[in-house]
Amino acid sequence: MRRGEIVTAFILAALSIYMMWKSTELDIGYATGVGPGGGSWPFWLSAVMLICTGCIAYNWARRSSPPSQSDEPVLDAEGLRMLIQVGGGIIGFVGLTSIISIYGAMALFLFYYVRILGRHSLALSLAITLLTPTIFFFFFEGLMRITLPKGLSFTDPFFNVLYDLIY
Amino acid sequence: MEILGLLSDGLLLALQPINVGMILIGVTIGLFIGAMPGLGSVNGVAILLPITFLVPPESAIIFLAAIYYGAMYGGAISSITLGIPGASTAVATTFDGRPLALQGRASLALVTAALASFVGGTISVILFTLFAPLLASVALSFGPPEIFALMLLAFATFVGLGGDDIPKTVLSICLGLVLASVGFDEISGEPRLVFFDISGFLHGINFLVLAIGVYGIGEMMWTIDTTRGKITTTESRMTLRGAIADAGEFLRRAWRGTAIGSSLGFFVGILPAAGATPGSLMSYGVAKMLARDGNEYGKGHPDGVAAPEAANNSASTGSMLPMLTLGIPGSPTTAILLGGMVIWGLTPGPRLFTDQPEFVWGLIGSFYISNFFALVINLSFIPLFIWMLRMPFTILAPMIFVLSIVGGSAATKDMHDVWLIVIFGLAAFFLRKFDYPLAPAVLAIVLGPIAEPTLRQSLLLSSGDPMIFLNRPIAGPITVIAIILIFMPLLKMVRNRMRQQSEKTA
Amino acid sequence: MTMLSSFVTKTLGAAAVAFAAMSGSASAWEPTKPIDFVIMAGAGGGADQIARFIQSVAEKKGLTSRPLVPNNKGGGSGAEALIHLKGASDPDHTILVTLNSYFTTPLRQKGLGIDVKTFTPVAMMGVDPFVLWVHKDSGITTFEDWVEKVKADNGEYVMGGTGSGQEDSLVITFMEQNFGLDIKYIPYKGGGAVAKDLAGQQIMASVNNPAEAKGFYEAGDVVPLIAFSDERLAAYPDVRTVKEIGKDFSYYNQRAVVGAPGQSAEAAEYYQKLFETIYNTEEWQEYMTSESLSPLWMAPEDQTAYWQLQIDNHVELLAKMEE
Repeated sequence: MRRGEIVTAFILAALSIYMMWKSTELDIGYATGVGPGGGSWPFWLSAVMLICTGCIAYNWARRSSPPSQSDEPVLDAEGLRMLIQVGGGIIGFVGLTSIISIYGAMALFLFYYVRILGRHSLALSLAITLLTPTIFFFFFEGLMRITLPKGLSFTDPFFNVLYDLIY
Repeated sequence: MEILGLLSDGLLLALQPINVGMILIGVTIGLFIGAMPGLGSVNGVAILLPITFLVPPESAIIFLAAIYYGAMYGGAISSITLGIPGASTAVATTFDGRPLALQGRASLALVTAALASFVGGTISVILFTLFAPLLASVALSFGPPEIFALMLLAFATFVGLGGDDIPKTVLSICLGLVLASVGFDEISGEPRLVFFDISGFLHGINFLVLAIGVYGIGEMMWTIDTTRGKITTTESRMTLRGAIADAGEFLRRAWRGTAIGSSLGFFVGILPAAGATPGSLMSYGVAKMLARDGNEYGKGHPDGVAAPEAANNSASTGSMLPMLTLGIPGSPTTAILLGGMVIWGLTPGPRLFTDQPEFVWGLIGSFYISNFFALVINLSFIPLFIWMLRMPFTILAPMIFVLSIVGGSAATKDMHDVWLIVIFGLAAFFLRKFDYPLAPAVLAIVLGPIAEPTLRQSLLLSSGDPMIFLNRPIAGPITVIAIILIFMPLLKMVRNRMRQQSEKTA
Repeated sequence: MTMLSSFVTKTLGAAAVAFAAMSGSASAWEPTKPIDFVIMAGAGGGADQIARFIQSVAEKKGLTSRPLVPNNKGGGSGAEALIHLKGASDPDHTILVTLNSYFTTPLRQKGLGIDVKTFTPVAMMGVDPFVLWVHKDSGITTFEDWVEKVKADNGEYVMGGTGSGQEDSLVITFMEQNFGLDIKYIPYKGGGAVAKDLAGQQIMASVNNPAEAKGFYEAGDVVPLIAFSDERLAAYPDVRTVKEIGKDFSYYNQRAVVGAPGQSAEAAEYYQKLFETIYNTEEWQEYMTSESLSPLWMAPEDQTAYWQLQIDNHVELLAKMEE
């Protein structure tokens, strides 16, 4: 945790500096008669963020914050496995959305999580995997008239049939 | 007394079978839309607007207002049961609603939210009935300096909401405010902070993107990590006797928050630029500040659920007021209602009350009735939501992730924002580990887009002179109170720290 | 009710198809999925209200076999919407409701690489005129008095608008340059907020569309001084146009629908017919009257010529603003 705390502070400091630099694309000064320019608000707030990361680093050096006193690892082996399994699953879910539609990706993600991570029975897993996207489709596309990502065009024939059903 | 006559006519109109039917359907639809993270009253009202052409205008607006109402009740449900604020108006509800649910007291939180919403809604309708025209002129006298002063007050009321680590709390607030400024600077008309020149940043970062990332993904992963996935949320069950006991506890422990939320929410709600979100945040902050057991807030205090819930219902009635009397929408939802009225051939504005009394009073009458039905319907669905909570965590967790991604996608219609949700979620997971409070960032991204333009508009008005916030009759006192509130806890904290320091060295 | 409306939609859709077949029309193209109905402005503003009105008319009459799904992309003064259309994965199902930022945004943000002439013309639903408004308590009733007052205030006269480079700011720049005025300009998020702050006397005057200021006008809070239209507006017969006082100038906000670049000719024809039907409905005609929109129906090929004219106009107006 101790190393993680200072690394996080450094990343946030770098982010603040990037945002300050990006803000300078607009006027960051205080023009007389018209008040602050377009970049002032983000620039000075990012500057405050930078100062805060400095304070955090100072507290770290003094070992005054709880994470800076802790010798526990940020992620132990099991935590890391969880991060890869769950975080990776979510990234896979979103990545697949652009390819096989949000409904297909949702089904795969649910099956992966409920069956493989959760070790529930196959019947329950399949029920959740198939019912959820179906309910979502009819709720969003049918009732709410909100279109969600359909992925690449090869999914069109499938959804066109469904559209015929609901419209 | 003329008002009573008009009101009873309105109530009679609202009680016609078709209108009661509209209210029942509308409230139920609204409840579920509101409970869905990512969908709020705006979606419900916008989508069902075209359907209302099949019925007379009075019934149509009653239907849409019922959806609006139902969604305000529903927002609390995902805040409490899933820990994700379904709409910006329900952010503050998570602060105490979620801890209560984790303690196995979800039913208390849900009952409190429902009852507080009912009281807030009813009080505001009464205020609305009595003072509508008068309050409309108050709303007009709030220009940019007044709104900015009010935002300053909102920030002041939640200075104390962060953790103990001052630099991390300040950093979180600033991060939220900077993220709020991404996209487009409306004052200079230039694109701003378009990170890495990715065009998806042009529309800015929607509050929901950060909120769903932080609560729906980051917080969930943190929970799985710290509990090793062996979480059995609650053993709570919903029985009639339990509900009555919860109602009793609401009366004993949440009346103060309800009273503060109902009144404050209404007055903030009638101001066109502010609306229900600042209203509910300020009510939470004020309730906490005035409470003797303020340190119990955030750990599951019923007042902490009641104050924002009473406020957001109260404010949503309040935000109808500028729409009806001035023709100015106080929130995106009322903007769409306004569009609907134009389509039905009604002109919202100062003359609506005299030209279309039966329409206006029918609508006001329906507020009373909707409120009552929303309470009943909400209470009767609570067992369903409690049942959801009892699902095994390996089913509940993926469902929450799916809801987060689908909700984010539906609200923004842009894969760019869905990826941002994931990035914010992973970042929030790590920041949470290092004790960074993230609620201040979420609040800041909601208030930033109101605060910055009003600040700069005011300074343009005054030719750059900041005294404009002090020498105007309404803005002045608000600013002074806000500044005192901001510095009070800071001074207190510094003093405590110095005392601790001297004790240590001594 | 959804079922009912979808039944109506299906029946009418089938009828439309049958009719098209009978009349021997070559166009048999029908949308196969929901139509991405992009709006070049955020939710709640004037452009959004018009778009949602159009959508609800289509819905009410069951004119499309697939719904028009409103999609607000107002970011970057509409840049977001233009980028979205340019990169549309399915141009046949993507259309856009525009306002004048359709011309100004590509001119002001050259880096976007947008050429609006590549877009597909669909329909010009009407144009929204601009009017100069003051608060009644100012006591000003004529444009001449107003010019005097602004001159007397010597740079301290405050007007509100929707942002520099936006429609109203171009009109204000025109007045500054042609009547020798110096105006302090406060940008707001939308025309509705401007009208409200005029009624609340936070600002002294505004250039608003009639639709935005109508409520306050009817309540007697605000007074129209001059219209920037070619002819007097029917709803404000006593308000002179700027042409009547000898300046050859008029300025309107366009309310037009365009298709994504690369839209197939069949799809374009479908949308052109659809919006012509909507244009001719009683609802739209009444809406134009009540909101003081001027009709300006144009055939698709004339629209392209009109775009070029507008681009040239805006190059000139924006250049003047830089001065």
